[in-house]
Amino acid sequence: MSWLESLRTSWSAVYSHALRSALTVLGILIGIAAVILTVGLGLGTQKDVSAQISSLGSNLLIVAPGSSTDTAGVRGGFGSSSTLTIADAEALASTVNAPDISGVAAEKTTSLSLEANDTNWTTSVTGTTTSWLDVRARTLSTGEFISAEDEETSAAVVVLGSETADELFGTQRVVGQSVVISDKTFQVIGVLDSAGSDSSDNLDDLAIVPFSTAASVLVGGTESAAVSTIYLQAASDGQLSAAYQEAETLLLNLHSITDSTAADFTISSQDALVSTATAVYETLTILLTGVAGLSLLVGGIGVMNIMLVSVSERTREIGLRKALGAPPGAIRRQFLIEAAILGLSGGLLGAILGVTAALVLPGVIGSSIVVSPAAVGLSIGVAIVIGVSFGVYPATRAARLAPIDALRSE
Amino acid sequence: MIDPTTTDAPVIELRGAGKTYRSGSIEFEALKGIDLAIHAGEYVAIMGPSGSGKSTIMNVLGCLDTLTRGEYRLGGTDVNDLDEVELAEIRNRQIGFVFQGFNLLSSLPAWRNVELPLIYGGVPRHERKLRAEQSLERVGLGDRFDNRPGELSGGQQQRVAVARALVGEPTMILADEPTGNLDSVSTQDVLALFDELHARGRTIVLITHELEVARRAARVVWVRDGEILRDELNEDVAA
Repeated sequence: MSWLESLRTSWSAVYSHALRSALTVLGILIGIAAVILTVGLGLGTQKDVSAQISSLGSNLLIVAPGSSTDTAGVRGGFGSSSTLTIADAEALASTVNAPDISGVAAEKTTSLSLEANDTNWTTSVTGTTTSWLDVRARTLSTGEFISAEDEETSAAVVVLGSETADELFGTQRVVGQSVVISDKTFQVIGVLDSAGSDSSDNLDDLAIVPFSTAASVLVGGTESAAVSTIYLQAASDGQLSAAYQEAETLLLNLHSITDSTAADFTISSQDALVSTATAVYETLTILLTGVAGLSLLVGGIGVMNIMLVSVSERTREIGLRKALGAPPGAIRRQFLIEAAILGLSGGLLGAILGVTAALVLPGVIGSSIVVSPAAVGLSIGVAIVIGVSFGVYPATRAARLAPIDALRSE
Repeated sequence: MIDPTTTDAPVIELRGAGKTYRSGSIEFEALKGIDLAIHAGEYVAIMGPSGSGKSTIMNVLGCLDTLTRGEYRLGGTDVNDLDEVELAEIRNRQIGFVFQGFNLLSSLPAWRNVELPLIYGGVPRHERKLRAEQSLERVGLGDRFDNRPGELSGGQQQRVAVARALVGEPTMILADEPTGNLDSVSTQDVLALFDELHARGRTIVLITHELEVARRAARVVWVRDGEILRDELNEDVAA
């Protein structure tokens, strides 16, 4: 009996039990679709996170205050007190002390209420310097950014994020309008281009004022010189680690700390953030894929169950085929092909469902899903392997049936 | 009406054939060493009550079961030495089975049921359909090719089964209580078909417990308690 004949016989068996076959296929289908989707979602999220972190700017080092050690040797938590000042930022900007650092932008951020034409909007108000635009790799959609002169004169000017501008002024022309922050009137001089949001912040909802203005007018008091973050830009990708060294040495000196493990600041690079985030999402992907794989295994057990039912239900048929001259090999092959058909159909339909969902879902859940052809091909292969390997036992049982016993069974 | 071209060598030959079933410590001797020779073109009924050993004879003749002692030669081949794959081939080439319960596959149309032995015999597809249809015409079901077993009467279903037994041109037709599930009209119908096949020179071995059925055969072998009681020619039928 040729393979083609076996295939015809098996197909007609699958076809004549359409509902049962469909339910078995469904088990495999769900497993395959789940694997494709979870792997895709994992890869997609990794890509999103990397993109968001990169959107902060290029060749960036981020200096955050914190981890200060008090006299009793107890280390404060990250960001527990502001140990960085504008003086640190100015020192880092010096080309003599830190030749590999090409740009420095200190940020002083507080959450404040903005008021314009009876509209109130609370957002993060950031005091910073002219270099911010370059260091953070942002652009303006209209108007201009804070100038050195604004910084010197503590001018009452503000640059708004695109979303903030929308909330306060809607469709009106924004540049030239006035905004009241902490009872002081600021003039809007520019609006930033949209940059989306990263994992923790909405990059489009913010207000930027000159650092000096923020220090004297908005925050004041002892905290006036403190900054919340300093962004450093290395001159090139290759100078990133040199820039890191210079920044660390300089800040340790300025803060009179000899032991670098006792530093009252933390420097992290964009690459470190990317690799940390990637590692986290990789672990998550593996975990989810494992769960999806389990459902695939359950699907495979479903195939075996159905094949066993099929063998015992068709004992008479097997006996008859043997009496008419079917050798054991032909019977085994018939049932193996039947199992493979179930596996393959489940794999193909599951791949179609998975890929379709991967195309449709990102619009609904707002996270990208990356469909890798390797994952699709592999899952179809796995589905066939599952079908066949879970079919081996039932098929062997069928092949071993003695024809007289099989013929007599009711 | 024996085909004059056949030689003296019988197509079926049992010599000292014995079969003992073992179930734990209990032994049951189903065949107590029988001798039986059937020549080409013969129509033989093996007749006996249930438990007489006639089903065992049927299984042995059909190569569905093996002897525990003695010898079985089918068409000159000693069947006892063959493995499972070779036995399957012997069944396919030499034996056409007709069962009491028809054993047709209900999901397949008549001609697909008839072509089954040819599939395992490696006959090409187009030739199979042709031969299946010829075989159905031969049993008088020329207009029923595409009917499924459920759409046919009991007698017609057994005719399909006979067509299936004939399609591979086997050495013998082996019928196990072929009328056991049929009403009297269908019984006559199927027996008439056997008569006709016999008249055309087919070798037929029919297992039955009904005297009325056995009387239609040219030769009746009476079996009881695993032994052959009588082996006689039926004067009305034998030529």
